[in-house]
Amino acid sequence: MLKFTFRGVRGSIASPGPKTVKYGGNTTCIEVRTDSELIILDAGTGIFPLSQTLFPEFPLTCHIFISHTHWDHIQGLPFFIPMFVAGNRVKIYGGQDPVTGNGVQEALSRQLEYAFFPIREAELSAELEYISLSENQVVNIGDAQITNVLMNHPAIDYGYKVSCGDKSLFFTGDHEWPYNIYEPGDDDYQLFKEHIAQKRKSIIDMVAEVDVLIVDTAYTDDEYPAKKGWGHGSFLSSIAMARDAGVKHCFFTHHEPTRSDEELEKVFQAALEKHPSQPGDQEFYLAQEGFTFEL
Amino acid sequence: MSDLHQQLVQMVDRMPAFSGSVNKILQMTSDIDCAPKDLVQVIEHDPVMMAKILKLVNSAYFGLSREITSIKHGVVFVGLNTIKNLAISIATMGMLPKAGPAGLDMNSFLLHSLGTASIAKLLGKRLGVMPDKTTDYFVGGLLHDIGKVVFAQFMPQEMERALKRVEVEEVSLSIAEMIEIGADHAQLGGMLAEKWQLPHTLVTCIKEHHSLEPNGGPNKVLDCVVAANIIVKQVGFGCAGNLIEDRLPDHVSARFGMELAELQESIGNLDEELEKANAFIRI
Ligand SMILES: [Zn+2]
Ligand SMILES: [Zn+2]
Repeated sequence: MLKFTFRGVRGSIASPGPKTVKYGGNTTCIEVRTDSELIILDAGTGIFPLSQTLFPEFPLTCHIFISHTHWDHIQGLPFFIPMFVAGNRVKIYGGQDPVTGNGVQEALSRQLEYAFFPIREAELSAELEYISLSENQVVNIGDAQITNVLMNHPAIDYGYKVSCGDKSLFFTGDHEWPYNIYEPGDDDYQLFKEHIAQKRKSIIDMVAEVDVLIVDTAYTDDEYPAKKGWGHGSFLSSIAMARDAGVKHCFFTHHEPTRSDEELEKVFQAALEKHPSQPGDQEFYLAQEGFTFEL
Repeated sequence: MSDLHQQLVQMVDRMPAFSGSVNKILQMTSDIDCAPKDLVQVIEHDPVMMAKILKLVNSAYFGLSREITSIKHGVVFVGLNTIKNLAISIATMGMLPKAGPAGLDMNSFLLHSLGTASIAKLLGKRLGVMPDKTTDYFVGGLLHDIGKVVFAQFMPQEMERALKRVEVEEVSLSIAEMIEIGADHAQLGGMLAEKWQLPHTLVTCIKEHHSLEPNGGPNKVLDCVVAANIIVKQVGFGCAGNLIEDRLPDHVSARFGMELAELQESIGNLDEELEKANAFIRI
């Protein structure tokens, strides 16, 4: 069995309020369940409401995979209640920052510094463990297998594939497909283009034929040009990715914080009309907080 | 020797890049609209920046499933912002003095490295390598003498004596370095490149660029770097403290099917290539 529940679908900053009630205002967090395991993808503010549902499972073991350490993907971590209760085991996985050399533990320990949070890391009662991942490293957790590929974002950002039996899902974290920094006609245009094609293949190979793709789709096609280089995808790029990889279901996430429920549905409909499905195509959905999907 | 290597490996981690590129990086990156390709160009023209960034992207921090062979390759695989921040972190380490501590003129050294890079690329094209596959030729040429800067920076007295010896005794720099330091810049650079897990082709270009034999088997990139290194000195472009050689190693002339004079003649006027390198340094 493999199922998941969206606990946060918003990008950049939490956006509660009457206009985001339907799709939710929490930032990125996805609860993934297999028969035996609890795997959490990203620790945005959505991890707090998730943690409030976990008391019946104490003492529990859970595995948190961090796509990257931008705030909207880690901000809920200090409020992950199981960490405060003895007997629980929390394992946190993520990439390593090559500029500072720091591992994923920094995502938590920096937030728990005295000036930012009243409780120190040493005072957390649960058993905590940090695991730095290299690209393509395979992690076996009970009946699940998690592997990663480096995505393109202004930070080290891993996309994660979770497989269990013959079911699998892939979550991009934040991702913008790399674009050519040279103009056609520049000496290096062709070379760069080949690197991009190679990179695209390395990602598509990983995502190929998963049942579910959960993809950063922050922008509409019209908004994208003004946000090029910011590290997020558009409906155009996400739909192309889903088709290239031949996935069965595709969920758009990382909704813009200023987008109301009504506007979100409007841009989603417009995108579907603009890129009409072909026979045999995958289903597209808007990620919605609280929504559960069993594969 | 192994003690010396250990020591140098540690010191090199703190080695700054060339002053021109450090200034340019700091200036460019304070502008949020700086063009990515301009940033890439600056990094690609500084052997220290280039080596250090290739080292980092090929290191365990990334544990990348593939070898990163150039800055452009790195930009696509680890992201522009990461490359940019790596460059900034190197730039904030300070800069190499313009007049090298050992009397190695850094501008001349850079010109020599850039000249070798450009000509190695040119020679690669002559051997039928597609223009978009000549990156290794350029990077190999740029990095081949990296060991010299390391000696000059960290063993200035020994290196100064070695340079003097080249002048007075007319021995090759490699021999002079062996006498004064116990290792030559090709060995040292090759050892560093290996330690840094740079792509194999680059390690070979650095380690074997003074070899008279085709050690490790035929190697097109290396042969081009060897020939380019000799040609650049012939035309008197830049200087990296070594004697001018007047012939190509046998296997290199066999590769091109001609001797040095003919090869040099056949690639025509190099002024344009060399002027490009010069212009870049002057900015
Ligand atoms: Zn985000
Ligand atoms: Zn982000």
